[in-house]
Amino acid sequence: MRIPRSRSTLRASTLAAAALLVGTALAGCGSGGPGGSDDGSLDVWVYQDASTKVQREVVERFNKTSDIKVTLTQVPGEGYSDKMRTSMGTPNAPDVFFNWGGGSISDFVEKDMLLDLDPVMAKDPELKKAFIPTILDAGAIDGKHYGIPMRGMQPVILFYNKDVFADAGAEPPKSWDDLLKLIDTFKDAGVTPFALAGTDAWTEQMWVEYLVDRYGGAGVFQKIVSEGMAAWDDPAVLKAAQTVKDLVGRGAFGKNYKSVNYTADGASTLFAKGKAAMHLMGSWEYANQKSNQPAFAKSGLGWTTFPAVPGGSGDPKSVVGNPTNYWSVNAKVKGDKQKAALEFVKFAAEQDYSKDLIANGDVPTTSDAAALLGEHENPDYARFQYELVEQAPDFTLSWDQALPAKYTPPLHTAVQKLFNGQLSPAGFVDALKGM
Amino acid sequence: MAHAATRAPRRSTGRPGVGRPGVAWALPGALFFVFFAVAPMVLVGALAFTDWDGIGTPSWTGMSNWSRLWDDPETHQAIWLSLVLTVLTWLFQTPLALLLGVWAAGRQRNRAVLSAIFFLPLLGSSVALALVWKSLLDPNFGLIADIGPALSFADGDLLGSSKGAFGAILFVTAWQFIPLHTLIYQGGARAIPRSLYDAAAIDGAGTVRQFFAITLPQLRNTIVTSSVIMVVGALTFFDTVLILTKGGPGTDTTIVPYLMYKNGFQAFDLGYASAVATILVVVATTVSLLLVRLTGFAAMRSTREGM
Repeated sequence: MRIPRSRSTLRASTLAAAALLVGTALAGCGSGGPGGSDDGSLDVWVYQDASTKVQREVVERFNKTSDIKVTLTQVPGEGYSDKMRTSMGTPNAPDVFFNWGGGSISDFVEKDMLLDLDPVMAKDPELKKAFIPTILDAGAIDGKHYGIPMRGMQPVILFYNKDVFADAGAEPPKSWDDLLKLIDTFKDAGVTPFALAGTDAWTEQMWVEYLVDRYGGAGVFQKIVSEGMAAWDDPAVLKAAQTVKDLVGRGAFGKNYKSVNYTADGASTLFAKGKAAMHLMGSWEYANQKSNQPAFAKSGLGWTTFPAVPGGSGDPKSVVGNPTNYWSVNAKVKGDKQKAALEFVKFAAEQDYSKDLIANGDVPTTSDAAALLGEHENPDYARFQYELVEQAPDFTLSWDQALPAKYTPPLHTAVQKLFNGQLSPAGFVDALKGM
Repeated sequence: MAHAATRAPRRSTGRPGVGRPGVAWALPGALFFVFFAVAPMVLVGALAFTDWDGIGTPSWTGMSNWSRLWDDPETHQAIWLSLVLTVLTWLFQTPLALLLGVWAAGRQRNRAVLSAIFFLPLLGSSVALALVWKSLLDPNFGLIADIGPALSFADGDLLGSSKGAFGAILFVTAWQFIPLHTLIYQGGARAIPRSLYDAAAIDGAGTVRQFFAITLPQLRNTIVTSSVIMVVGALTFFDTVLILTKGGPGTDTTIVPYLMYKNGFQAFDLGYASAVATILVVVATTVSLLLVRLTGFAAMRSTREGM
């Protein structure tokens, strides 16, 4: 009877090993996170890039004063949204996390996964007053606040190359007419009027955002956010699309913009090297040029506002872009941990935090930051940016961040097809309405 | 009798190599397969009938993802592009890999060195290679700015034109994968007995005749193996497209795997992405089964029959 015994031992041990493997695999999925980990620390997630330094410093300062310590998880930029998205709703979700406000968190809000900060701000009016109102509100959802601004402001700015302008004897555009004339001036001079990274649809989206804002005002997009995709039917959207077609036809972006990229610095290099005269880009273009073309960033980089358009009803003082990034708190965080989490996010309202931001080259979103701007490495640029945002009656969050994630790919596709001429202006409006 | 007496106890000791191994031996592998391949596939199949944004619980929506697939022009375009890419990949890569492999199977020293250099692209990661090609194809700062006019892309706008971007993907993947298939063909060609060529030479067959009468038929099974790898690979190309064109211009290089990524991890529309993934699994499995079936590969007929 030796045979059956050895066979059955074998079978039993194999089963045991397999059970162990499966057990470990399953156990791996269910540890840590809010409520799950009782090690008493706060799990804070931040998007990792050159500016993460500021968050590392604040965590250090916070941990010196608090019994409940913060553990900072730095997620490499490219994968941040995916990781945040896939971890929310699992026990591994962060307690406090970086986000873009608007659509980037609206699905979480819908499922009551985030802490409503309005009661907190009602109890602590100083906190609410600490930030520029348009920026605080730009991250709100249905008028409710779920985020505390925690990074610099990122409006989209019309940059120009001072040397190229000087060579052509040109002035930065003050009106739409100026802008159209400049296109011809630079074409004649053999310079591409506007650098455009057409491989990345979000760069083209900036143009449509500004044009819709100038033609119809910020209300057009607000209506789309609140009422849904049918609201793309606004005449301002069609006008903006026709204007894009006109700009492309005039050669405003040159001929090969469709294969120029932003992430590998294609458009920015064209612009810095004087092969393009202007570049419509987020305020981070300054930091980008500073690290890649320092001489140009120092003396050649000029900036101005996006002009009004003829017949447009939008306020030309309004801006588009990313007002800033926000801290949100997981609704599952309760009791002492919640108190500590709120204390932590309030650090972003303090002057020390603003100083760290300025030292990093960012422009803070706090209402008292104006006094600190002199310490910025380029005070003129910092002041321009701060006043641009402070005086703006509306700050429209980038469309792809403001709308729920499911609209991003079709929106980007439609924008790119409009610029490529694969969609007519009317077809563009139809594509957006059909999303 | 003595012989049988010594054999019987040996068989009963259950030592390895004696008798057939028990089913239990397959259990660890089978469990891994079930947990990491079958279960996810079943889950994806089930998700295809739901609406799920990645958080909370999926809600059943019945056939709605499928009717959307049926109506979505972007999906139709993606399926068409994937099929065209697969066919062109096969037509482009197979003859080149076959000829190169047969050539590299020769034993001269220079061939060994050249083959070693030639196989270098195999060592790079797809992502790194795609990044290199992307900078070569940059219209302002890349090589394409100089050679573009010769290819009728006067502005170097290769990746910005539908045909150019598609051609670039076809070319870059071929550049990357032909070496792998060449290696497979080289191995196959080296296994062909020398005596066949000697006999053919005595009968007066030249190089070309020898190639068509001996090499090609002897490589039959190798061709099927390489083709299955190539076709399934072409149906699932992803990283090259992500880096080189991001599915653009517009949607003109959005092949099925990229469409799946767009819907799954950009739109977080995981129900619809699962439906796309299911289609991909079904098509890739069907195509590879068909290839194996139609070529008689499944019968495992030896190329040495009658030798």
